[in-house]
Amino acid sequence: MKLAARVENLQKDYLLEGELVRALRGVTLEVPEGDYVAVMGPSGSGKSTFLNLLGCLDRPTAGSYFLGGDDVARMNDDQLSYVRASRIGFVFQSYNLIAQLTVLENIEVPLYYQGRISAADRRRCLELAELVGLASRLKHRPAQLSGGQQQRAAIARSLVNNPYFILADEPTGNLDSVTTREILDLLARLNADGKTIIMVTHEDDVAHHSKRIIRLKDGLLQSDVRL
Amino acid sequence: MIGIWFRTWILGIKSLLLHPLRSLLTVLGIFIGVASVIWLLAIGEGISVKAQEQIKGLGADNIIVRSIKPPSQAVAVTRGPAPYGITRSDFDKLVATIPTIRRALPIREIRRQFRYSDRSLDGRLVGCTPEYAEVTLLQLDRGHFITDADLAKKNNVCVLAAETAGALFPFENPIGRSIHVDEAYYVVIGVCKPRNPTAGIGGSLAAQDFSKDVYIPITTLRDRIGDMVVTQRSGSFEGEIVELSQITLRVTNVDHVIETADAVRATLASSHRQQDYGVTVPLELLEQARTTRLMFIIFMGLIAAISLLVGGIGIMNIMLATVTERTREIGIRRALGAKRRDITRQFLAETIVLSIVGGATGVLGGLLCGPVINTIREGVTQAFPEVMATVPEVMRTVSPVIVPWSIPLAFFISMGVGVIFGIYPAMRAAAMDPIEALRHE
Ligand SMILES: Nc1ncnc2c1ncn2[C@@H]1O[C@H](COP(=O)(O)OP(=O)(O)O)[C@@H](O)[C@H]1O
Ligand SMILES: [Mg+2]
Repeated sequence: MKLAARVENLQKDYLLEGELVRALRGVTLEVPEGDYVAVMGPSGSGKSTFLNLLGCLDRPTAGSYFLGGDDVARMNDDQLSYVRASRIGFVFQSYNLIAQLTVLENIEVPLYYQGRISAADRRRCLELAELVGLASRLKHRPAQLSGGQQQRAAIARSLVNNPYFILADEPTGNLDSVTTREILDLLARLNADGKTIIMVTHEDDVAHHSKRIIRLKDGLLQSDVRL
Repeated sequence: MIGIWFRTWILGIKSLLLHPLRSLLTVLGIFIGVASVIWLLAIGEGISVKAQEQIKGLGADNIIVRSIKPPSQAVAVTRGPAPYGITRSDFDKLVATIPTIRRALPIREIRRQFRYSDRSLDGRLVGCTPEYAEVTLLQLDRGHFITDADLAKKNNVCVLAAETAGALFPFENPIGRSIHVDEAYYVVIGVCKPRNPTAGIGGSLAAQDFSKDVYIPITTLRDRIGDMVVTQRSGSFEGEIVELSQITLRVTNVDHVIETADAVRATLASSHRQQDYGVTVPLELLEQARTTRLMFIIFMGLIAAISLLVGGIGIMNIMLATVTERTREIGIRRALGAKRRDITRQFLAETIVLSIVGGATGVLGGLLCGPVINTIREGVTQAFPEVMATVPEVMRTVSPVIVPWSIPLAFFISMGVGVIFGIYPAMRAAAMDPIEALRHE
């Protein structure tokens, strides 16, 4: 089976006031295409660190991270930026849309940093807006949308570059239960369409919408359970 | 590349419009800087152009020697009038010994009252030679100037300046009529066109207002009036004996002006025991005026540079605030794939937009310099005429001359200011750690 991402013995140390903090102490994981992984664990267990590494926002202290055949652990800042622009879709807890841009413009942002925007790309942005149910809100600014609508715009944005996987950091953390369901349904639908999803959550209910739950503890993989 | 910058600029403009007042105030800083560069240089240029014009009016190839009443004379009144100033023998000696003098004009000036029928005018009676008109750039409106024959025959003829003619002959043609000066009559043979006054350039040369002159042959003046001039001052009479008021020397070639002036000074020094004359060299004054102009430009440039610096600091201040305020946005963009240089470019574009808008409006504001100054001057003249009367003459009359190169200069400097003061905030934005930036509230 083809892999969306593979990490091997991934380690990350931080130096905090002269003291070494071993946030990740050797995590090995394979994520096949089409998987839907929930990452759980207590506070301080290394979830955020792990997610930052998977999202190529940071480089590991040791270990390898293969993304489509390239070891991104060895890349420089510009190369990592390009990988983020072209292979990863981000969904954040607080949506993180850009305030001065419209919904449609927000969806387009990753394409700018990839290089060009073709007419086909523009059509794709419209299709994605339709897919997440925002076709009638294209010219709205984030402030004019509800939380659920903003998160749906963010999901459309995460899909625009046809990423290897979507990285969602507590995507429902700021939403009420009804909207949470909507978003989880949307993610499930995308996964059913073949999108790979890696999601951090600390809620069991949310985690159970995925196909596989991995738990971190003290920087190590504690369990890896397929549902 | 062009596509990227175009999008970046659109984005920059959008971001700036999020805070219209803030952006406007920042632009104002640059606007003032740029406009002041153009204004200050234009005013400086206006003053210097005027000064140079006035000096050139004296003739760059002329040397002017004038009689000055020495201070000691004022004390020694008791022994009656003593002669002072340049003499006819000085004149002959200069002409005979200095070969680079092409032409020499003896001039004698006296204040007199001119009368015609029941009208009168106080003005300057100028005894001169036929070349006077050419050398001082007098142009005739009617009739002709004094001729060699008039000079040789000591004819009682005169030429009137424009204002003199207007005052004495408001209705009739003055040609052929006779005006009355002291006990003598002079037949009007010509009337001059109006003429601008020349500069008063300190030293021996007072400003010359040619408007109330009457010109007669110098030989006639010597014959009719003589060297002794009696003026009535506070009840008592004062006499002066002056042979020539001025000698205007024209040099064969501008290159010889300086050496000729030295020779003139040496010749006069040998025959005068006191400093009862002054030598004015317009060419030297012109060179001084050019130096003054250069210093003026440097000084004005300095003031303008300071105001642009202040504008630049304003830009930097605002951009640093903007960068901090938009840390989150920077984090988002970095996460979505923006390279460091994309972030640098984005914020630099905003400062460049600010400085271009400031620069462009500043240039427009600079070009309005002339009309604005004239309007203000007219307004003040109408509202407070007595204040305006006390203001120095330059301020009342100077008209700014836009220095063409100041426009591109000011514009590019404003762009440069935008880039220089924008680069640091932009690099600071780009240097942010994306993870930290994303966590920023
Ligand atoms: N930038 C950092 N500098 C120093 N220590 C850090 C940094 N980020 C995380 N850590 C430490 O690494 C450990 C794991 O943190 P984190 O990945 O945030 O855990 P989680 O997201 O599961 O709560 C914690 O002990 C935390 O204090
Ligand atoms: Mg965390």
